[in-house]
Amino acid sequence: MQDDSRPATGDRLILGAVVLLAVLWIAPIAWVVGLSFKPNEVLMRSTGGLIFPPFTLKNYTDILNSSAVFGWMLNSAIVAAGQMALTLVLASLAGYGFARTNFPGKAPLFVLTLGVLAVPEQAIIVPLHTMFSWLDLHNTYAALIAPRLAFPFGVLLMTQYFRAISPEIEEAALLDNASRLKIFFRIVLPLSIPAQATLGIYTFLHAWNDYFWPLVSATRPEMYTLTVGLASMQTNFAQTEGLGFLMAQAVFAGLPVLVLYLFFQRHIVAAVAGAPTR
Amino acid sequence: MSTAAAPLPAGRATDASMRGGIGQPAWANMLFVLPYIVVAIGLVVVPMVLGIWLSFQDYDMLGGWNGGVAFDNYVNLFGDRIFLGTIANTLLFVLMTTPAFVVIGLFLAITLNGHLRRHAVLRSVFFASSVLSVTVVTLIWRLVYLPDHGLLADITGLVGIHGIDPVTSPTWALPAIAVVTVWWIIGLPMTLFLAALQQIPPEIYEAAALDRASRWRTLVSITLPSICRTVVVVAVLEIILQFQLFGQALLITGGGPDNRSRPMVQYIYESGFRDLQLGYAAAASQVLFALMLVAALVQFSLGRQRGEA
Repeated sequence: MQDDSRPATGDRLILGAVVLLAVLWIAPIAWVVGLSFKPNEVLMRSTGGLIFPPFTLKNYTDILNSSAVFGWMLNSAIVAAGQMALTLVLASLAGYGFARTNFPGKAPLFVLTLGVLAVPEQAIIVPLHTMFSWLDLHNTYAALIAPRLAFPFGVLLMTQYFRAISPEIEEAALLDNASRLKIFFRIVLPLSIPAQATLGIYTFLHAWNDYFWPLVSATRPEMYTLTVGLASMQTNFAQTEGLGFLMAQAVFAGLPVLVLYLFFQRHIVAAVAGAPTR
Repeated sequence: MSTAAAPLPAGRATDASMRGGIGQPAWANMLFVLPYIVVAIGLVVVPMVLGIWLSFQDYDMLGGWNGGVAFDNYVNLFGDRIFLGTIANTLLFVLMTTPAFVVIGLFLAITLNGHLRRHAVLRSVFFASSVLSVTVVTLIWRLVYLPDHGLLADITGLVGIHGIDPVTSPTWALPAIAVVTVWWIIGLPMTLFLAALQQIPPEIYEAAALDRASRWRTLVSITLPSICRTVVVVAVLEIILQFQLFGQALLITGGGPDNRSRPMVQYIYESGFRDLQLGYAAAASQVLFALMLVAALVQFSLGRQRGEA
């Protein structure tokens, strides 16, 4: 009897601890969102009094009036969409090739793909930058999109997914002398749409949030992505006149991805766990 | 989001992919993988080789190539106190964050591994910050850390502690970046641990419940042994990821004060893209890569020994 009551208390204690931790986790975001609606004059005096008026939308209209932000957002969208589309094509083809077909040299090529996973972006960013300089490609969308296409995560995810699909339909089609390409497009690709969604959203999010490569490749402000552009506006931080404006910027840039996350949470979490959604 | 790659079961994948194919081997089938392989060679393998070559050259972004210099870049690197400091800072940062990621991630995963609505909501809360970009995260936290108006100063002010300013403190700058980083991407270890917990067969827990095993005993005898492989994987992954610290340091402290929070990647960035010494920066990149490999291998073999013991 006593044994049964103990876990209940323990449960409540642990739940309390987790909820407290969750509050700590939300606090910075909630604080910034709340204060982004406050006039700067008020913020300069005090950043307390979160829930009391006066409120204002001026910080947001200031962002909308600085035209550069929309250009950066458009750049981010083009880069993220391009990277997503091309990654899906490359990863689906390669994933199918590794999972379902046989060809000479398959084993070493798969090992190469796994090996690429071990190379961090930072280790090759200098020579990569040099290569794109030689090709005179910096400050173009091509340069912003290309390097991440080599990231093998998508190939491995799709390989895993295709391998789990029952081979029987394909075997029957092979006996009917259908070409591999036809089997891929007619039979396999339609079955892989959930995995495509997972990989697509994950790739889009990564590209949207990418910072280091766009920072070194896009040096002209009109080619900045949103992450680089916003960072470039944070330089004069010491002057707190722009406090509300800075907070509104954080919300403005963060909110779209948080909304995206709310809609596609299942896919994003599955991709992070390395498991294609079914 | 971080540059995280979720760990895939590498060893098994290689074996299975060799068996998994259907139909006869044919050169034509290679066309499926060829586009990706071309991209991988062109944008990873070639840069790798070029980077190693560059590290032995005097190559300036403006002045161009001035010939090979053998090991001069490496010799200069290890004679540079700032570079040696960045190695120490990076290692310190890895030591601060990796245990926090493993412990907090494991705690969250174990407590939130349930089907109730509150479990799902809390999981979303802890994961949500990891979808934000480093720019947004650092913007939020620079505001939180503001000495006079920040959330941190407001809270500590309530209990009478004034003048909190971690960003300009030589002691607290790096820990402040570590806090931001753990806050930012705790969702990754949590998710990986949750995935591992869901692989434990429920029958084991049912048997433990029949034996009236205590919560603690169940945790120590069933849960932790079942996911010890994942603990190693997460630790190795976090070491690799945290070695790559860059944006948070650049945007929160700029590496200061007095270089006390400058990580290796920022040093690579500054010597390559601000001072334009590409050969020197490439050499620093090789040192970073080598250190990451060594740290990951050490952690991996330690974890393996413990797993087998």
